[in-house]
Amino acid sequence: MTPHPSGWLTPRPEGLWCAPGGFHIDPVQPVAHAIVTHAHADHARPGHEHVLTTPESLAIMRTRMGEDRPAREQQELRYGEGLRIGDVEVRLEPAGHVLGSAQVVMEYRGSRAVVSGDYKRVADPSCAPFVPVACDVFVTEATFGLPVFRHPDPRGEIGRLLDSVRLFAERTHVVGCYALGKCQRLILLLREAGWDGPIYLHGALMSVCDTYERLGVPLGDLRAATGRARAELAGAIVLAPPGAIADRWARRLADPVVGLASGWMRVRQRAKARGVELPLVISDHADWDELCRTIDEVDAPEIWVTHGREEALIHWIEGSGRTGRALRLLGYGDEEEAPAAEGEGAAA
Amino acid sequence: MIAFATLLERLTLTPGRLAKLALLREFFRTEPDPDRGWGLAALTGTLSFPLAKPALIRALAQARTDPVLFEWSCDYVGDLAETVSLIWPARDDAFGRNSVRTPPMLAEVVDGLMHTPKAELPALLEGWLDASDPPVRYAILKLMTGALRVGASARLAKTALAELAGGSVSVDEIEEVWHGLAPPYAELFDWLEARGPRPDPQDAPVFRSPMLAQPLEAADIAALDYAAYCAEWKWDGIRVQLVSVPGGRRIYSRGSDDVSAAFPEIVEAMGFDAVLDGELLVIRDGEVAPFADLQQRLNRKVPGVALMEQHPVAVRLYDLLFEEGEDLRALPFEQRRARLEAWFATHRPPRMDLSAVIEAADFDTLSSLRDGARAASIEGVMLKRRDSPYVAGRPKGLWWKWKRDPLTIDAVVMYAQRGHGKRSSFYSDYTFGLWRDGAEGAELVPVGKAYSGFTDAELAQMDRWIRNNTTRRYGPVREVAPGLVLEIAFDAAQRSNRHKSGVALRFPRVARLRPDKPFEEADRLETLLRLIPS
Repeated sequence: MTPHPSGWLTPRPEGLWCAPGGFHIDPVQPVAHAIVTHAHADHARPGHEHVLTTPESLAIMRTRMGEDRPAREQQELRYGEGLRIGDVEVRLEPAGHVLGSAQVVMEYRGSRAVVSGDYKRVADPSCAPFVPVACDVFVTEATFGLPVFRHPDPRGEIGRLLDSVRLFAERTHVVGCYALGKCQRLILLLREAGWDGPIYLHGALMSVCDTYERLGVPLGDLRAATGRARAELAGAIVLAPPGAIADRWARRLADPVVGLASGWMRVRQRAKARGVELPLVISDHADWDELCRTIDEVDAPEIWVTHGREEALIHWIEGSGRTGRALRLLGYGDEEEAPAAEGEGAAA
Repeated sequence: MIAFATLLERLTLTPGRLAKLALLREFFRTEPDPDRGWGLAALTGTLSFPLAKPALIRALAQARTDPVLFEWSCDYVGDLAETVSLIWPARDDAFGRNSVRTPPMLAEVVDGLMHTPKAELPALLEGWLDASDPPVRYAILKLMTGALRVGASARLAKTALAELAGGSVSVDEIEEVWHGLAPPYAELFDWLEARGPRPDPQDAPVFRSPMLAQPLEAADIAALDYAAYCAEWKWDGIRVQLVSVPGGRRIYSRGSDDVSAAFPEIVEAMGFDAVLDGELLVIRDGEVAPFADLQQRLNRKVPGVALMEQHPVAVRLYDLLFEEGEDLRALPFEQRRARLEAWFATHRPPRMDLSAVIEAADFDTLSSLRDGARAASIEGVMLKRRDSPYVAGRPKGLWWKWKRDPLTIDAVVMYAQRGHGKRSSFYSDYTFGLWRDGAEGAELVPVGKAYSGFTDAELAQMDRWIRNNTTRRYGPVREVAPGLVLEIAFDAAQRSNRHKSGVALRFPRVARLRPDKPFEEADRLETLLRLIPS
């Protein structure tokens, strides 16, 4: 008899635990064996004994944490390559979230579970696209698990940014974006839209961009925004962590137009409350339609929801004739919401 | 509709006046007729569609969506039009992404909302929503329900129009024809873009930009030639322009808003052919009531009978601009004043009186009269040059306003919020409170909110203090530990049922920082309550 994944994959306070494989997925505390879906800080924590992830995620983790901090033993696994861990066949498939982001596909005695980590379905020039894998249990996020969240075409959003740059040619356009993923995606979207000139970066965004370039993702002319004369930044596009755009760091900019690239920007009051003048609805998380479409495509009879607005998504899952279950895992935030440490600007 | 939707979104989120102007100018420059004219009508509040109700929007959305998800979404977003604009599932494309249909033009939407019978409105709206993306849907729904709230006044839109004309037409000239025009304003754009003559308002009751006064500062007093001026009290009401001409009667606010409907008893009293400048006040038995009483009337677009009886309004007349078609504005003030007095003696309109001229032989006498006036309804005195013509705007040296010295209290900062525009990174807006005896000993009760009037260095110092002394955060608001005392200046204290403290301050502002003062020794609420005139 095939064991149901609920018998061998269980939520624990430290993260999702796979007993027959003896590993955790994205543990929030140091563990013996960790599989990490992607390098965002709430999923990739330092200090494990052993970590397994994609080569790209590992490179980014080393950049952000330091060479030795991800784990004492660090193991790479390429997309699509199989590996037996304990009694479990494991492979990683692209999740389309950020460079190196992966879904963890696990097979144990004929039953298959997929932990998608964070993911999205729209094309992203900075990373490989999501690959749907049929399974018995699909574990999904629900960051944007309400039908009001429907992200528009990101190229249109970049078009609005460039229109504004033309209209307010004397002002600096500063766009808040998270350092890993969103930043590089914005840069590439700008390049695709024909913006060949320099893009200025807050110091906190530099190192991950360097890592992307080392991993074969060219980003063009990037320059440090810090230390420039105000006049030099007039008419420029500056990218900075969300916490810095309307705070002390931004005082150096020329009469800035404050933008923020995030799925939350879909709701006007969110933008207004944060003092965002130019909201760009660009997200690295699946929107409502993508969540529903993905659940249809992987066609799992049972869907587990890790974090986000799970009640609405589970309502929809149940309505579609499947079983929905909220895992209520703690410790996963949403990097789009995470306020940057207020002191970050000073160090940059 | 796309350009209009973009404009609404950017105006809503843009704090700076200059940036708002640039956005408006761009819209009027690039958007074709008649859409730009309809956009102008929407921005200036000229449009209303009585048949388009929120219930209709809600019913349409509920029919298209899962009711549970719809309610949760409404709760999350907090605004019906915005929720519907976001949740609306396009019919032919499950992902709403590859729609080939084009959204309606603004003119098409306006025409549809004006002329479609009620029974056919839902189908029409459904078609528009299907063909549009969320920003356009939002603009359509907000246009329908008449609640644009974009933070751009009609005056700002007209200023952008004047800029569109490239200096050949001033904003005050636009004002003078405005109320004779109807959307979509083809004539107006023809004039602004030098393709047509100035539109002739004929005998329409149009608004004329009012003459405003400069604040009188210490340096101005030294240079003042007092004998050249007349003095009047400065009343604390709202400045109005009464326009009664063969083409109609209107009451305009200083900003050219038509407020006639709110004051029907004044409109009724305007049985004359003249244009007058005055102050709208609540007056009971000859006594001017505090501004808070007038506020009750301003809160209602159309007043009820009880409100009109309890808060009777009157107009105290300052100036006569037109008399039976004759434009008096070029005459010196003294002559206009004589004409006003003669006109008033002849007509004696009900609910109106003359603003008295203050007889003071010299400046010192005037100064002591000003200091002695304690009525909350008097803000100070006005000085008007005897030879001044009536000119729009705030010309230097012709009229001065000399406000009474403010009252002050020492209050404790309780909450802080970031400012706007250049101050968006500084905690520069403060809610402050005074001490009173609570159930568990002394407690602070908030009495008002003020922006800082600091130097950059002081602002930076305040900002640092707020960040280091935050005890809780409520979204953008920081609660701070008691510790910082501000001297708050204000023009008057008034009783208020809408404030927890029972008192509202008129024009509060931060006079200075009081780092020397221990916060426990800040003023008590009773001290402020004693400043309310009985």
